[in-house]
Amino acid sequence: MNFPVLSVITFTPIVAALIILMMPSHRRNETRAVALASATFALLLSIWVYFSYDQTAGGYQFIEKYNWLPALGISLHFGVDGMSTPLVLLTGVVMFTGVLISWGDEDPHVKAGIQDRPREFFAFLFLLAGGVFGVFVSLDLFMLFFFYEIAVFPMYLLIAIWGWVVTREYAAMKLTLYLFVGSVVSLAGALVMYWTQYQNTGVLSFDMLAMENAGFSQAFQIAWFLPVFLGFAVLGGIWPFHNWSPDGHVAAPTAVSMFHAGVLMKLGAFAALRVGIMLLPEGAKYWSWLIMAFAGIAVVYGAYIAFVQTDMKYMIGFSSVSHMGLVMLGLSTLNQNGLTGAGVQMFSHGVMTALFFAVTGMIYDRAHTRMIPELGGMMKIMPFAGVGFIIGGLVSMGMPGFSGFVAEFPIFMGVWQSRWLVAVIASISIVITAAYIMINIRKVFFAELPEKLQGHVGDITVLDKIAIVTLCILMIGLGLFPGLMVPMVQTGVENILRLLGGA
Amino acid sequence: MNFISTHLLSTILFFPAIAALVMLFLPKEETKLHKWYALVASLVPFGLSLVVWFNFDPSQPGYQFEEIHTWYAAIGSSLHLGVDGLSLSMVLLTTLLTPIAILASFSINDRTKAYMILFLFLETGMLGVFMALDLLIFFVFWEVGLVPMYFLINQWGSANRNYASLKFMIYTMGGSLGLLLAVQLLGVLFKTYDLQVITAQWSAYTAPIGGIPAATFKAIAFWAFVIAFAVKVPLWPFHTWLPDAHTEAPTAGSMILAGVLLKLGAYGFLRLILPLYPAEAKYFAGALAFLAVAAIVFGAFGSYAQTDFKRLVAYSSVNHMGFVVLGIAAAAFAAGTADARIALNGAILQMFNHGLSAAGMFFLVGVIYERTHTRNLEEFGGLFPLVPVYGGILIFTSMASLGLPGLNGFISEFLVVRGSFGVGVNSVPVMAIYTAVAMLGLLFTGAYILKGIKKVLHGPMNEHWAHGEHKLTEINAREIIVMVPLMVLILWIGLYPAWILNVINKAVVMLF
Amino acid sequence: METTTLIWLIPLPPVLAFFLIVLFTNKSKALSHTIGVGAAALSFIGSMVVFVRALGVEHLGEHPFESAINWLPTGDTWFRIGVLIDPLGAAVLFFVAITIFMIFLYSIGYHNYGQPAGDHDVKGLPPHGATIEEHGHKHVVPSVEPMYSRFFAFLGLFAFGMYTLVVSDNLLTLFVGWEIMGLCSYLLIGFWYGKPSARDAAVKAFMTTRIGDVFMLLGIAFLYSATGTLTFREIFTEETLHRLASTPAWFGMTASGLIALLLFIGTVGKSAQWPLHVWLPDAMEGPTPVSAMIHAATMVSAGVYAVLRMFPLLTADYGEHGLTVTMSIVAFIGAFTALFAATIAVAQNDIKRVLAYSTISQLGYMIAALGIGAYVAAAFHLITHAFFKALLFLGSGSVIHGMEHGVLHTGNHHVDPQDMYNMGGLRKKMPITFWTFLIGGFALSGFPLVTAGFWSKDEILADAFGHGHWAVFITLAIAAFLTAFYTMRQITLTFLGEPRTEEARHAQETPWTMTTPLIVLSFFAVTYGWVGIPEHFPLLGGLVPNWFHEFVGHTLPEVREAPEFNWIPLLTSLVVALGGLALGYFTYRNVKSVSEDKFQIPLLKNKYYFDEAYNFLFVKPAYWFAENVVYKFLDKRVIDGILHAFGPSTQGFGSALRNYVDLPIINRLIGDGSANATYWFGGKLRVIQTGRIQQYLMLALVTFIVIGAALFFFVLA
Repeated sequence: MNFPVLSVITFTPIVAALIILMMPSHRRNETRAVALASATFALLLSIWVYFSYDQTAGGYQFIEKYNWLPALGISLHFGVDGMSTPLVLLTGVVMFTGVLISWGDEDPHVKAGIQDRPREFFAFLFLLAGGVFGVFVSLDLFMLFFFYEIAVFPMYLLIAIWGWVVTREYAAMKLTLYLFVGSVVSLAGALVMYWTQYQNTGVLSFDMLAMENAGFSQAFQIAWFLPVFLGFAVLGGIWPFHNWSPDGHVAAPTAVSMFHAGVLMKLGAFAALRVGIMLLPEGAKYWSWLIMAFAGIAVVYGAYIAFVQTDMKYMIGFSSVSHMGLVMLGLSTLNQNGLTGAGVQMFSHGVMTALFFAVTGMIYDRAHTRMIPELGGMMKIMPFAGVGFIIGGLVSMGMPGFSGFVAEFPIFMGVWQSRWLVAVIASISIVITAAYIMINIRKVFFAELPEKLQGHVGDITVLDKIAIVTLCILMIGLGLFPGLMVPMVQTGVENILRLLGGA
Repeated sequence: MNFISTHLLSTILFFPAIAALVMLFLPKEETKLHKWYALVASLVPFGLSLVVWFNFDPSQPGYQFEEIHTWYAAIGSSLHLGVDGLSLSMVLLTTLLTPIAILASFSINDRTKAYMILFLFLETGMLGVFMALDLLIFFVFWEVGLVPMYFLINQWGSANRNYASLKFMIYTMGGSLGLLLAVQLLGVLFKTYDLQVITAQWSAYTAPIGGIPAATFKAIAFWAFVIAFAVKVPLWPFHTWLPDAHTEAPTAGSMILAGVLLKLGAYGFLRLILPLYPAEAKYFAGALAFLAVAAIVFGAFGSYAQTDFKRLVAYSSVNHMGFVVLGIAAAAFAAGTADARIALNGAILQMFNHGLSAAGMFFLVGVIYERTHTRNLEEFGGLFPLVPVYGGILIFTSMASLGLPGLNGFISEFLVVRGSFGVGVNSVPVMAIYTAVAMLGLLFTGAYILKGIKKVLHGPMNEHWAHGEHKLTEINAREIIVMVPLMVLILWIGLYPAWILNVINKAVVMLF
Repeated sequence: METTTLIWLIPLPPVLAFFLIVLFTNKSKALSHTIGVGAAALSFIGSMVVFVRALGVEHLGEHPFESAINWLPTGDTWFRIGVLIDPLGAAVLFFVAITIFMIFLYSIGYHNYGQPAGDHDVKGLPPHGATIEEHGHKHVVPSVEPMYSRFFAFLGLFAFGMYTLVVSDNLLTLFVGWEIMGLCSYLLIGFWYGKPSARDAAVKAFMTTRIGDVFMLLGIAFLYSATGTLTFREIFTEETLHRLASTPAWFGMTASGLIALLLFIGTVGKSAQWPLHVWLPDAMEGPTPVSAMIHAATMVSAGVYAVLRMFPLLTADYGEHGLTVTMSIVAFIGAFTALFAATIAVAQNDIKRVLAYSTISQLGYMIAALGIGAYVAAAFHLITHAFFKALLFLGSGSVIHGMEHGVLHTGNHHVDPQDMYNMGGLRKKMPITFWTFLIGGFALSGFPLVTAGFWSKDEILADAFGHGHWAVFITLAIAAFLTAFYTMRQITLTFLGEPRTEEARHAQETPWTMTTPLIVLSFFAVTYGWVGIPEHFPLLGGLVPNWFHEFVGHTLPEVREAPEFNWIPLLTSLVVALGGLALGYFTYRNVKSVSEDKFQIPLLKNKYYFDEAYNFLFVKPAYWFAENVVYKFLDKRVIDGILHAFGPSTQGFGSALRNYVDLPIINRLIGDGSANATYWFGGKLRVIQTGRIQQYLMLALVTFIVIGAALFFFVLA
C-alpha cells in the first residue's frame, strides 16, 4: 500500500512534540488539546493498521524503505508483523489514555493530572512515544537503536522533573544507567553482528530482514546471544536486572508510569525477541535454559516481593516484574504456545498495568498517599476507578474471562512442553498474586475511609473514566474473544519458528 | 426462535450474563426494579432448562443439545456445550435455585444493583461448569464462578466476612492450581481440550512425560484433580473454608453456595475424575472413601458442636456431601457392577437433594436471623408458639436433611449406603467397614438436627422475643413462596423419586 | 373393590387428614377432629373388609393379597414396592385398626373437647383448667388443649406410618413407615414441648431408637446387596434362604444370621429392649393417648412385628441342633429384658411409668419367644398384649384425667395426678375405669382361663419348656410372677382402699368418648385369648378350634407343631399369676403412704442407674469429642492453623527476599554500585558536575567512543 502509515504513526508524536514546544507556555489547554488530537490521530491510525493487517498473508506488511546512510547500509526501513502490530496498537492506546489522565485541572485545589508545565511534559512524553513507535516498526537495526535511545532519553527528564520529589533524582539516574548500559551492551553486540554479516556476505547493511539469513556461525551466535538479549531484556525488567523498574515506577508521574510499565518494558522484550532471538536463533536455543531460569525466578520472586509492599506503586511495579517474567518465560520456550502467549501477554500486561498505574495515580493525586495501610473506602468515592482496578486485578491474577488468562495459559503450556517443572514452580505466583491483589482491593477500596482522607477526596474526572473504560474493554474483549488477537500473533510466531528451524 | 432451538444451551448459559450487562444501565436507586428484573431474568433460564428437561431423551446415549463454537483455536479449545442426564439434573438444580435465591434476597436493600448483577453472573459461571464438554471451558467457568461469590460474601456478608471471603477465594484458587497445571498438561499432550477426545485417549496413555513414567504422572495428576474438587465438595480435611464462608455469606449466598457450588466439586469427580482416571480412581478409592467417611463423621460431630445456628447447618453440608463422595468412591472401587451404579445413582441424587434441603435450611436460618439479628442457638428457645408456620417448615426441612424416609434425603442416602455396602459385600470388604462407620455419622446427623430444633423451637419460651419491639414476626408470604418449591420437590422426590432418578440412572448406566 | 386396591388405599386417609388439618383446618377444632376420626374410621373399615376377605381365602399363606409397582430405577433393574396381606399381616392389621380407631376417639375426650379455653393456657404446655361462672359461684373445670388440631394431625401421620408398615411387602417401605412413626413418636412425646422434660424425652426417644435404626438400615443394605431384593416373598424362597444361610459372613456368623442380627438391633431400639430401653419410660411425658397408641399398642409392637416378618431369615440356619448365635442373642435379650424391666416396675409410683416398664417387660416376652422359635406364640402375645396394654394405658389416662379433675377442684397443683400414692379408692368414683382396668390388669398378669393374657403367655412358657430352653423358661416365669405382683400393686394402690388425698376424693368418671374405648378394648382383652386355645388343653382344648395357630401359623411354609401338652408350664403359669396377684394385694392393701412401701429400693427406683450411666458413658463424651476434639482441635487448630500459616510464610519469605536479596545485592551492589562507579569515573575525568544530566551526556559520549572504537577495530581487522 502506498500511504506510509507506519512512518506517519511514528512521526506524529514527534512532530506533535515539536509543535507543542513551540506553543506559548501559558496556552495550557491548547497544548493539551493538540496533545490529545495527535494522540487520537495516532491511535486511530494504529487501530486502522491493526485491523487492516492481513492475517492470512502474515509476514511483514506496510513496508516502507528509504535510504538514509547507504554507505553504512542504514535505511529507514519500516514494517510490522503479527508480533509488533498489537504492540503498535498498545502504544497508541497507552498514549491516548496517558494524555487523558494527565490532562490536569486548572483549579489548584483539585490535584489531578499534570498541572506543572504541561507543555514540556507533553513534549517529552510524545518524544518518548515516537521513539516507542519507531522501535516497534523498525526493520533496520540501526534505526531500532536510534528510536530506542529516543525512547529512553526523555524518561530521565520526565521522571527527574515531574516525578515524585522524594526519589525522582535517584530513580531517574538509576533507570537511565540501567537502560543505557543495557543498550550499550546490546549495541556492541549488534555492531559485531553487523560486521560479521559483512564478513560473511560482503554487504554492509543494518537491515534485519537481511541479517536474518546472514549465516552467523553457531559459535558466534552462542557467544553474542546473551549480551544482545540481556542488554535489551534489561528494559524488559528481566531478573536480576529488574531493579530500576519498581523504583522508576514509584518516582515517575502517572502517565510516565503508564508508558514505562505499559510500553517501555515491552520495548525491551520486543527488541530482545527481534534482535536476540530472531537474529541469533542458535544462540537462543543454546541459552534458553538460562533465560527460562531468570524468567522463572522473576515470576515467583516478583510476586513474593509485591506481596509485602505497602506502597501501591511498588506493589504494581513488582507485579510487573512478575508478569514480564512470564513474557520472558514465554520467549524462552521457543515454541509456538510459549511465543504466542508471550506476544499476547505483552499486550495484555501493557493494558493492565497501564490501568493499574492510572488508577493508582488518580488515587494518589487526590489522597496524596499511595500507602495501602493509609488508604480505604475508595469504592464509595471513586466507584469507577474501583471497578477498573478490580478488573485489572482479575486480569493480573490470570482470572479466566480476562486477557491475562488468555495470555498466561499458552505460556504455561509452552513451558510444559519444554521444562514442565518450571511451570509447576511458576504457578505458585498465581495464588500469591491473587492474595495480594485481593488484600489490596479490600483495603484500598472497601475498608473504612480513614478520617485523614475524609472530605477532601473527590471523584475522578470524565476523561479519567474514558481512559479506564477504554482499557477495561480491551482486557475483557480480549479475554472473551482471544480470536481477536491470537491468530495475528501466531502469524508472527510462525515467522519466528521458521527462523528457529521449526523448533 | 429457530436460533434459540439450535442454541438452547448457550442461550441458557449466557442469558443471565447478558441480562446482567443490561442491568448495568438500570438506574441506581430503583431497588424494586433491580429485584424484579433479576428475578424475571433468572426465571428465563429456568423455563428454558425445563424445555431441555422435557425434550431430553434419557435412553439416548451420549450428550444432547450439543453445540460447538470456536473460542481459543490457538490452543485447541472451543466452547463445546452439551448435557447428559448427569449434568442436566445439575443444570436444572442451578436454574431452579437461582430464582429462588434471588427471591430470597428481596429483603436486601443495600446496593441491590451490584448484588443482583453479581448473582446473575454467578449463575452463568455455575451453569458453564455443568454444560462444558471442553476441559478448558470447564476450568474457565470453574474459576470465574469464584469472583461473584467472593464479592457477595465480602460485600453483603456479616461480621467476619473479610476473613471468610479471602479464605474462600485463596483456598479454592490454591486448590485449583493443581487442576490448572494438569489441564495444561492434558492440553499439551493431546493438542485439544475436547473432553470426549481426552477421555478416550488419556486413560490409555502410557508414554512417559517429561522423563517420568506415565503411571506416576497420572497418579500425581489424579491427585491434582482430586484436591481441586475435594476443596469444593468439601472433603475432610479441606472443608474448613466452608463453615466460615457459609456463615458469613448473605442468606441467598449461602443458599447458592450449599445448593450449587458444592455440587461443582462433586460434579468434577463424576464428569472428569472417574472417566479420566479409572485405574487411579480404583487404586485410590480406599483413600477417597476414608476421606469421605471422615467428612461424614467429623462433619456430623462438628455440626453437633456448634452453638451458631448457621454454622451448624454449614457443617451439615460437610456431612451430607461426604455421602456423595462415599458413593463415588464405592463406584470407583467396583466400576461397572450393579452396586457401583446404585451407589452413583445415590451420589448424584444426593447432590440434587442436598441442594434442595441445604438451600432450604440456610434460607430458614436467614429468615430468623433477619428478625432476631442473632444466630446464637442459646438466645432462641420455645419459639414454636410465636411462629407456628415457620416452625412447621423448619421441622419439615430439618427432617429432609436428617434423611427421614418419605423425604428426598433418605432415598439418596439409602442408595449410597446400599451401593457402597454392596461393594463391600460383593467385591471389596473394606467398603463394608467404611459404610458401617459412616452410619455413625448418620446417627449424629440426627443428633445435630434435633439439637437445632430443640434449641430454636422447643423448650420454655424465651420471653425476649415474645413481645415489645423484639416481638418475633411470623414468616411472611414471600418467604413461604421461596420455601414452597423446595418443599414440594423434597416431598415429591421422597415419595416418587423415579421421575428424576430415571434420568440419572440412564446416564449412569451409559457412563459407568 | 379389588382387595389389593383396597390395601393400597388403607394408609391414605390418615395422611390426607394430616395434610388437610395442617394446611387448612388447624384453626377449627371440630373440623380437625372430625377429619381425623373420620380418616381413622375409613382406614378401620377398610382394614376390617380386608381382614374378613383374608379369612375367606384358602391357603392365604401361599397366595396372599399382593401387588407391586416400579419405584426406584437401580442400574438395569427396578426396585419395586408394593402391598402384601398374608395371615400375619391380616391379624396385625386387625388389632392395629381397632386400637388406632379407639385411640382417636379417646383423644377427643382426653383433650377436653367442648370445654372452655384455659385462663392462661399457652401452646406447648398442658392445659391448666378454666374458671367458669355457674349460678353464682365460680369454679374451675378442665380446659381444652390449645394445640388440639395439631394433635389429631400428628396422630393421623402416625397412623399412616403404622398402616404403611403393616401392609408393605418389602423391608424398605416397612422401614419408611417405621421411621415415620419414629418421627411422630418424637413429635408427640414432645407434644408439650414447653416442658423441658418432655422436650428432652422426645430427643432421647428419637436418638435411642435411631441407634437401632442405623443398624437396621445397614442390615437392609446388607440384605439388599446379598439378595438383590427386599421384597419378603422373594427373599423367603428356599434357595435364597439356603444361600444366605450357607454364606459365611463376618464374626463367625452366616450372612442370614448377621443380617437378622442387624435388623434385630433395630427392633431392640424400637421395642425398647435392653440395652436401648431407656427411652420408653421417659416417653410417658407425652399425652396418654400417645402412650397408649405408640408406646403400648402399635409402634413398639412394630419392632416385634418386624422380627416376625424376618422370622424365616432369623431361623434360616436353624437346625434342630440348638439355637443359632443370633437366635440365642435374641432369646437372651428378650428374656433378660422381661425380667429386668419387671423388677423396675415394682418400684415405680407413677401410674404410667409402671405400665411403661411392664410394656418393656412384655415385649421382652415376645422377643424371647421369637428367640426360641415360638413364632405363633409370639404373634399371639403381640396381639393380646396390644389389646390389654392399650386398655391399661387408656385406663390410666382416664384415672389421671379423673385425678386432674380433683386437682382442679382443690386447686392444689402440687399434687401429682399420676402418683399412685395420691390415689386410692377410685373404684367408687370411676367404676367403668376401675372394672376395665381390672380386666386389663388381670389379662396382663395372665389370670387363668378367662383372660387373653393367660393363653398367650402360657403358650410362650409351654413352648420354652417344651423345647427345653430352661433358662428362658425360668426367667420368664419369674418375670410373670413379678408382673402379676406389680399389676396388683397398681390396682390396689389406685382403686382399692380409701382415698389418700383430697384430690382422689373429688375424682370424677370420664366422658363417654374415653370410656367407650375402654369397654371395647376390655372385650378383646378377654375374648381374643379364646381364638388361640391349644388343642390338647384339658377340658377347654378343642371346644374352640385353635384358630389363631391355624391361621397365622400358615404364614410360614411349614408350621412348627405346638409342643405336647405338659402340666408343668401350666401349673407354673397358674402359680405365678395367682401368687403374684395375691401377694400384691396383701402387701399393698393397707399401705397408707410411700414410706410404708417395702419395695422402694433405690437401685430399682432409679432403674439400675442406666440413664446416669449412659449419660456419663456416651452422651457427655460425644459432645466433648465433638466440641473439643473435632471442632476446636482438628478444625480450628490443626487444619486452620496450617492454612493461616500461608499468610505469614508468604509475608516472611517475601520480605526476606526483599530485605536480604533484592535491596542489598541486586539494588545496592549492582544498581547503585554501577551508579557510584560512573560517578567516580566521571569525577576522574574532571567533568563539571552540574547535575546528573551532564553525567548522562558524559556517559553517552563515552559510549559512542566505545562504539566508534569497536567499529574502527572491526573494520580494520
